[in-house]
Amino acid sequence: MFRKISPPSTPPLTLSIDGKSVTAERGETVASVMMRQADPSCRHTPVHGSSRAPFCMMGVCFDCLAIVDGASSTQTCLVPVAEGMCVERQLGRPKVAS
Amino acid sequence: MQREYDVIVAGAGIVGTAIAYGLAGYDKRVLMLDGADRDYRAAKANFGLVWVQGKGYRYPEYHRLSAAAADAWPEFAAGLEAETGISLDYQTGSGLKFCLSDDELSARAKMLDAWEAETPELAPSVRILDRSELARRYPTMRLGPDVVGASLGEQDGQANPLRLLAALQAAFQRRGGMVRNGHPVTSIKPLAGGGFEVKTSEQTARAERVVIAAGLGSVALGRMIGLDVPLHPERGQILVTERLAPVLPVPASGLRQTGEGTVMIGVTQEDVGYDLSTTSAAAVRMTRKALRILPELGKARLVRQWSCLRVMTPDGYPVYASSQMYPGAEIATCHSGVTLASFHAGPYAQALASGRHLQTLNAFPLERFNVSKNQSPQHTTADALH
Repeated sequence: MFRKISPPSTPPLTLSIDGKSVTAERGETVASVMMRQADPSCRHTPVHGSSRAPFCMMGVCFDCLAIVDGASSTQTCLVPVAEGMCVERQLGRPKVAS
Repeated sequence: MQREYDVIVAGAGIVGTAIAYGLAGYDKRVLMLDGADRDYRAAKANFGLVWVQGKGYRYPEYHRLSAAAADAWPEFAAGLEAETGISLDYQTGSGLKFCLSDDELSARAKMLDAWEAETPELAPSVRILDRSELARRYPTMRLGPDVVGASLGEQDGQANPLRLLAALQAAFQRRGGMVRNGHPVTSIKPLAGGGFEVKTSEQTARAERVVIAAGLGSVALGRMIGLDVPLHPERGQILVTERLAPVLPVPASGLRQTGEGTVMIGVTQEDVGYDLSTTSAAAVRMTRKALRILPELGKARLVRQWSCLRVMTPDGYPVYASSQMYPGAEIATCHSGVTLASFHAGPYAQALASGRHLQTLNAFPLERFNVSKNQSPQHTTADALH
């Protein structure tokens, strides 16, 4: 649905989304990477389990929550990507108990 | 003289609505007058516990009342759910009070022993669990290292107080009751020949009887029928997390996970008057304690902190009083509107409807606060809470 307008100006870095390696540009947010995927969703809601993708991209709507390096309910639109980052879609209520 | 209503209930919170719902079930024509949305509504910060353990220590009649109400809750909840189709998320059978030191656990055990000894006719309902028993009984609960044990109350449980209120209001109307929202009562006037005229800014209505259950608003309304009830606000703050996968299988004092998955973290008991502020000091204290009990909550997001005002009598126990000056006018006020909802909708409403006096109420007279006549020691709020 979304694609980058211009090619990356710096060497890409790699992160994983649900175990699958994807490339990203230094300086962009996790949410923007997720929106470029074939499945742009980042979470399923806790009660009805419906899909949500990033929406406001500025930290206010809380729709872009996902699990980033083990931290659930992270606002992915506020987190810049990093090499080796491990992102998981958050399906339903997050588990805090191990 | 025939009036347009049999009973007018002033107040549509959990207490007023439970009474009105009960009365409507006895074929009474009931008008319930609700205040403004922005009123101090204790239900806004209700924790949703149906609780017995430790309640009424040194005031065994309150223990008995709470225990009877908890016993009646399953049938009350089932009836209300069947009438409305609204699930109350009611769960009963165990409630925990975690103890974070050996001293605290032994003091808790000693207090609960003395508490149970005050009501020898009631079957024992609490037990002390040490850490290993807790782990065995609730294997999914990841307790922090500071938890040495807990007291378990077998009569304790939880319900969703918002749904309880919605269900009571819906069932009341389904039973033919009339509710007017945004109608704070401005005057209650006894009529010659019996009955009362109740005015709001919008409406005047007449009824044979009046029940005041208006929380903190009951002070002003009580004076209109010659009942001077000394109520004061006690602020309680609450924090709530995002919706989480199950972390706490049973409700605990000051910590419970709702049916939707949020974890409610309480509580404060603050004497600050009519002030609904929240404080970071309270947030720190409450979260620190919650994290000592369930450290993994540290990974959860907090989504809200808010406060509300409890409706407290000087000793923390309920008042059920009838006006001597104006027969037919009643006042009912308590702190535990959820636990006692089954009592208010059941025996209390039944007695009102039939005009019979309920012996249970003798233990909660207004006159006990008349210090010139009664010099008995004052109980602390903590005793009343549990």
